[in-house]
Amino acid sequence: MYDFAYHKPATVADAVKLLADPDAKAISGGHTLLPALKHRLNKPSALVDLSGIAELKGIRRAGNAIVIGALTRHVEVATSAEVKAAIPALAYLASHIGDVQVRNRGTLGGSVSNNDPAADYPAAVLGLGATIHTSSRKIAADDFFLGMFTTALEPNEILTAIEFPIVDKAGYAKMKNPASRYVMAGVFVSKSGGNVRVAVNGAGPCVFRQAEMEKALAANWSPEAVAGIKQAAGDLNTDIHGSAEYRAHLVTVMAKRAVAAAG
Amino acid sequence: MPQVTLTVNGQTHTAEVEGRTLLVELLREKLRLTGTHVGCDTSQCGACVVHINGESVKSCTTLAVMADGANVTTIEGLAKPDGTLHPMQEAFREYHALQCGFCTPGMVMSAIDLVQKNPQGLTEQEIREGLEGNLCRCTGYHNIVKAIAAAADVMHGKRSEIARAAE
Repeated sequence: MYDFAYHKPATVADAVKLLADPDAKAISGGHTLLPALKHRLNKPSALVDLSGIAELKGIRRAGNAIVIGALTRHVEVATSAEVKAAIPALAYLASHIGDVQVRNRGTLGGSVSNNDPAADYPAAVLGLGATIHTSSRKIAADDFFLGMFTTALEPNEILTAIEFPIVDKAGYAKMKNPASRYVMAGVFVSKSGGNVRVAVNGAGPCVFRQAEMEKALAANWSPEAVAGIKQAAGDLNTDIHGSAEYRAHLVTVMAKRAVAAAG
Repeated sequence: MPQVTLTVNGQTHTAEVEGRTLLVELLREKLRLTGTHVGCDTSQCGACVVHINGESVKSCTTLAVMADGANVTTIEGLAKPDGTLHPMQEAFREYHALQCGFCTPGMVMSAIDLVQKNPQGLTEQEIREGLEGNLCRCTGYHNIVKAIAAAADVMHGKRSEIARAAE
């Protein structure tokens, strides 16, 4: 890891100022950024530690949505009575990120800002059609995830909270690598009235919606409805853990399981 | 260079570190607490687990500066000053829950957090799932799981001593 300056601002406004340096990066739990820095994939001039900013923490109900502060750790979402009651699939997803120690440190905002293809949270954000709140605006999930490790966030824009709509039904299923526990392929499904969303993570370079499955589930909400739909392997990831064809196959299997889990 | 002040095993330390210094490097190289191990250095194996403010974390993926003001407990901080082992350590010894011992400090620290967070008790399956962040290459986990179950009974006051392992 290359060395860097370290700042710990107390407010979002101060953090935004520090991040005006284009080579500075924000950090909270550090559980995706620090591994990347160890590989020298990135050489930030400074790390701006957001963990001292109280306004970025907490879970609250706001109308027909659950709003979760960016610094809320995975363990807090996983064990929140409010999240479990309103969107159990989101609490389930959070309770299966990485392992216990990762969940004790990793944060919602960090995971979503980083947009690792194999991260869990982007599937829930896109699969629920959440709204991302930042230091300067609100962004719809459909406009947020742009590509591998790339989001609509500007360099000095901080993700402050995510507003997850409370839906009728939602479910998540994933196949994870047994050693790293990163997602090989995962599917998050949700249904709210006639509106169905299917988000796929882990399989491609970036989380994406599966339109054909959404259409089939809107007509018939059941695992059988997606059982015959084959995901094209063309743009999916191939690595030492699995081929694009294997991941494509997993997408259908995980979609069936996600719908079954949603009930 | 940034300065950090933290409490480790009840003692307050102040140290100069680089921004990039990992908590495990501070513990091992500056404070000479070498019981905390570095295995994979990629937050997967769990050999580096310590407690920060009572919660298990991977110290290879935590910057020392991020632990400023924190209360850290390492494997060295578990036994009493007279050498009496923590029930979890005693149980690992009684149940032969280690062979080479490399993963053991992290296993013990994760196991204590797991037991403390589950005062209602733990099934064998819950113990196995609770250890997902700790890898062991020797034991096959079986005796580790037995040791944790035995330690939980003592930590939650159901027994006064670790149940003896079957001969």
